[in-house]
Amino acid sequence: MTEQQSNLDLPLPTGSAESDSIFSAATPYQKRHLLDLESLSRGELERILHDSEGFRQVLFRPVKKLPTLRGKTVVSLFFENSTRTRTSFEVAAKALSADIINFSVSTSSVSKGESLYDTADTVKALGADFIVMRHHSAGAPHFLANLMKEVSILNAGDGCHEHPTQGLLDIFTIAQRKKRIEGLTVAIVGDILHSRVARSNIWGLTKLGAKVRLVGPRTLIPTCFKDLGVETHYKLKDGLEGADVINVLRIQRERMEANLFPSIREYVLMYGITKKRLAWAKSDAILMHPGPVNRGIEVDQDVADGPQSTITEQVTNGIAVRMAALYLLAGARDT
Amino acid sequence: MTSPDSNVRRICDQDSVESSVAELASYVLNNLPANNRAAIVGIRTRGWVLAQRVFKRLADSGQAGIELGALDITLYRDDLSTLGSQPIVGKTEINFPIDGCTVFLLDDVIYTGRTVRAAIDALIEFGRPAAIRLAVLVDRGHREYPINADHAAIEVETTADNIVEVRLLEVDGEDAVDLITR
Amino acid sequence: MSTMLIKNGRVLDPSENLDGELDLYIVDGVISDIGKGLEANADETIDATGKLVVPGLIDIHVHLREPGGEAKETIKTGSRSAAAGGFTTVCCMPNTNPVLDSATGVNYVRAVAARDSLINVHPIAAVTKGQLGKEITEFGDLRFHGAVAFSDDGMPVYDAEIMRLALEYTAMLNMPIMNHSEIPELVGEGVAHHGRVAMKLGLRGVPRAAETASVARDIELAAETGGHVHICHVSTARACELIAEAKQRGIRVTAEVTPHHLLLTDQAIETFSTMARVAPPLRGAEDRDALRQALRNGTLDCIATDHAPHTDIEKNVPFQEAPPGMIGLDFSWALMYHEMVGAGVLTLSELVARMTIEPAKVLNLSGGSLAKGRNADVTIIDLEGTTQITRETIKSKSCNTPFLGKQYSSKIETTIVKGRVVYSNGQCTKLEAISHP
Repeated sequence: MTEQQSNLDLPLPTGSAESDSIFSAATPYQKRHLLDLESLSRGELERILHDSEGFRQVLFRPVKKLPTLRGKTVVSLFFENSTRTRTSFEVAAKALSADIINFSVSTSSVSKGESLYDTADTVKALGADFIVMRHHSAGAPHFLANLMKEVSILNAGDGCHEHPTQGLLDIFTIAQRKKRIEGLTVAIVGDILHSRVARSNIWGLTKLGAKVRLVGPRTLIPTCFKDLGVETHYKLKDGLEGADVINVLRIQRERMEANLFPSIREYVLMYGITKKRLAWAKSDAILMHPGPVNRGIEVDQDVADGPQSTITEQVTNGIAVRMAALYLLAGARDT
Repeated sequence: MTSPDSNVRRICDQDSVESSVAELASYVLNNLPANNRAAIVGIRTRGWVLAQRVFKRLADSGQAGIELGALDITLYRDDLSTLGSQPIVGKTEINFPIDGCTVFLLDDVIYTGRTVRAAIDALIEFGRPAAIRLAVLVDRGHREYPINADHAAIEVETTADNIVEVRLLEVDGEDAVDLITR
Repeated sequence: MSTMLIKNGRVLDPSENLDGELDLYIVDGVISDIGKGLEANADETIDATGKLVVPGLIDIHVHLREPGGEAKETIKTGSRSAAAGGFTTVCCMPNTNPVLDSATGVNYVRAVAARDSLINVHPIAAVTKGQLGKEITEFGDLRFHGAVAFSDDGMPVYDAEIMRLALEYTAMLNMPIMNHSEIPELVGEGVAHHGRVAMKLGLRGVPRAAETASVARDIELAAETGGHVHICHVSTARACELIAEAKQRGIRVTAEVTPHHLLLTDQAIETFSTMARVAPPLRGAEDRDALRQALRNGTLDCIATDHAPHTDIEKNVPFQEAPPGMIGLDFSWALMYHEMVGAGVLTLSELVARMTIEPAKVLNLSGGSLAKGRNADVTIIDLEGTTQITRETIKSKSCNTPFLGKQYSSKIETTIVKGRVVYSNGQCTKLEAISHP
């Protein structure tokens, strides 16, 4: 017998004996698809986030594989380039023992004018159980979901509309660090107008009781965003003061070219997150970024790599959240 | 007898549950390996409660160095796709190396053997244990897989429409085993 | 000589201030007499007891798609759709392929209409060649060959100087320019009203100023030139104010509004329904309410459907990829009666005026009246009936409408063009049975 220390710090079972999660698993996720966070109830959001914790654990095991979706086929259908999201879904599907097939849009007939409907019909006929889809048109996955009742569609980003799994992974990351969502102040900084990440964050966070602030130039945060139940700030300092979380969005050069702001230089001067500006937020604030980061533009190098940054955690958490989403959709009965 | 509870028969009360747990503890104690590490791993939910009780008994009796773990087998079930249900995903807590370890797997009831099959699958993802021993509170028969408990504290004869309900203080507010006929 | 007697109906003709139980006597396609208890022998007698008898409805803004877009609609199917909707006259936009920018094109449409149409079809010709906004068309010759107005609809007349010159020239011909009044740079890639719904859905927005700034320009150019500008499908509250003010100043500006802008707001696109994608976009509730007021007080002269058929294939795509437009001819009367008269926005007489004599006045058309000597274009309506909007009932070749599956009170009973029944009780008359003079 060795003299190893016992695991006496394991939590003793409480009422449910199941979980120490801040999220409730009481509500089932009954939807066939995961299209956006706007249409999810608080309970459904909590259920996905709750189950994500179980899946996150698996990622730290020596064998990162579960038999859960053995025999199921996930087809990834990306009409826009994406390495991160696509790979993350791939890792998630493989960890659940599903087969994943990349339907290559750029080399297929899609680039020869095949309609989205026909492409999806083909994918369905190939035996897909899930379609992970990214599309440049807002609402494209909703359009497909209306046509395909038997296949589960996971929106991996539709135009400027939503990116639900990114929203979930951001919220999951906040919960891991802050042990709560309710009552937190989350500042989302950058190009809100074109950001599907921002929209999914807004819905998810506000449903779970956080206060959301949008921070950036007015051209990228039209005033009607106020109608979505959030605060808008055009001065970075006002937006960051007292924030528990800063979620910085990637700034894109083509927005400057469209005159939405005068120059990258001016954007950095007014909205770039430096160490000094990070201190405007709460001292224990966390800094998030959906990646890929433009270092020295929206975030300084030392901030991106600093102790408050959660950028790499977000990547791991993304896999867990996507595993949970696949798992729950597999068991959902409704359409 | 017309009461709605008329089809519930109590097999064990609090005292006999406790003595059964003591029996499981002594089974573990008597079968501890001589040359390698040992661990008690409970299948969530009630197997995990039993594992903690057994672990405490052994610790109280001065038996140190045994590991304790919890196993959530939800994702290893073979009925996920056919059931169309979404069992809540719990956490597995195996925070020790499983290689070369003798694992005492604890659950409340053994019935078809499918849960144990899933548990073994889940367990061996963590490594190659020296041995897995299965100890259960109740064996109710009707196996569908060729799996047997190394030790069962209680054996009950049942029919297919019976439900054996193990109730434990920590989760159900009382200790008891009921046989329910539908 | 052929004769028809429409007996005992409630004849409502705002142009003649008529409203009462009257008989209508038609001889050789022309209204010959109107009065109480007419004693006349007729080849055909229609008993209109309990029904409403009005001048044939007129729609000055439709897209019949022929030539070039026959998969969406043809003059034949469009005319059936119109007849079923109680319309006896429609004016079709020139954004066909090829564009109606020459006498040849206008004559083609008139020839096909003479052969295939159940109702009166008047072509509108383009303002600029190919609707490219660069060179004005032969306005005089086009008028001579039957064009009733000029429009680059689908697109605005972008160049202000071209617009100024077009208004100067057409003023001389006493013809209106119907402008799809929007500033293209402000529309940009926009597909929905710039507001909460578009922001939420991540759709590119079209600000109100896209319309209002352009309407202001058109009004100033009309004031400067004395030309007649007609603002198509007004969508904003502010544009109504600008038009009202211009009318007060005596500027020759007229305007139309569509049933969908009167009924719907941008909420209709919340499910990414491509059926509700239109240009200009459906706007906010305050705009819709202002449009209703402006229609009531006459700032907006008339209702026009902007009937814009698109095939299922074209609409069966993600929202921003779908072409804008919806159909309207089949059921606009019922929509308007149910929603406008039902909600007390318009009286029955006001509604009839805005779908008959008022649009006729905008384009100087001869219809919209039951006065003696006029062509006998008559619509008989059962106000107690209901109109079901289904794929089966729609006579248009396309079914792109967000009102599909809905039901509205009142029903077009009979449509009569030049004394001939072209539609009755759900059926269009066979073309062979009709030969227009």
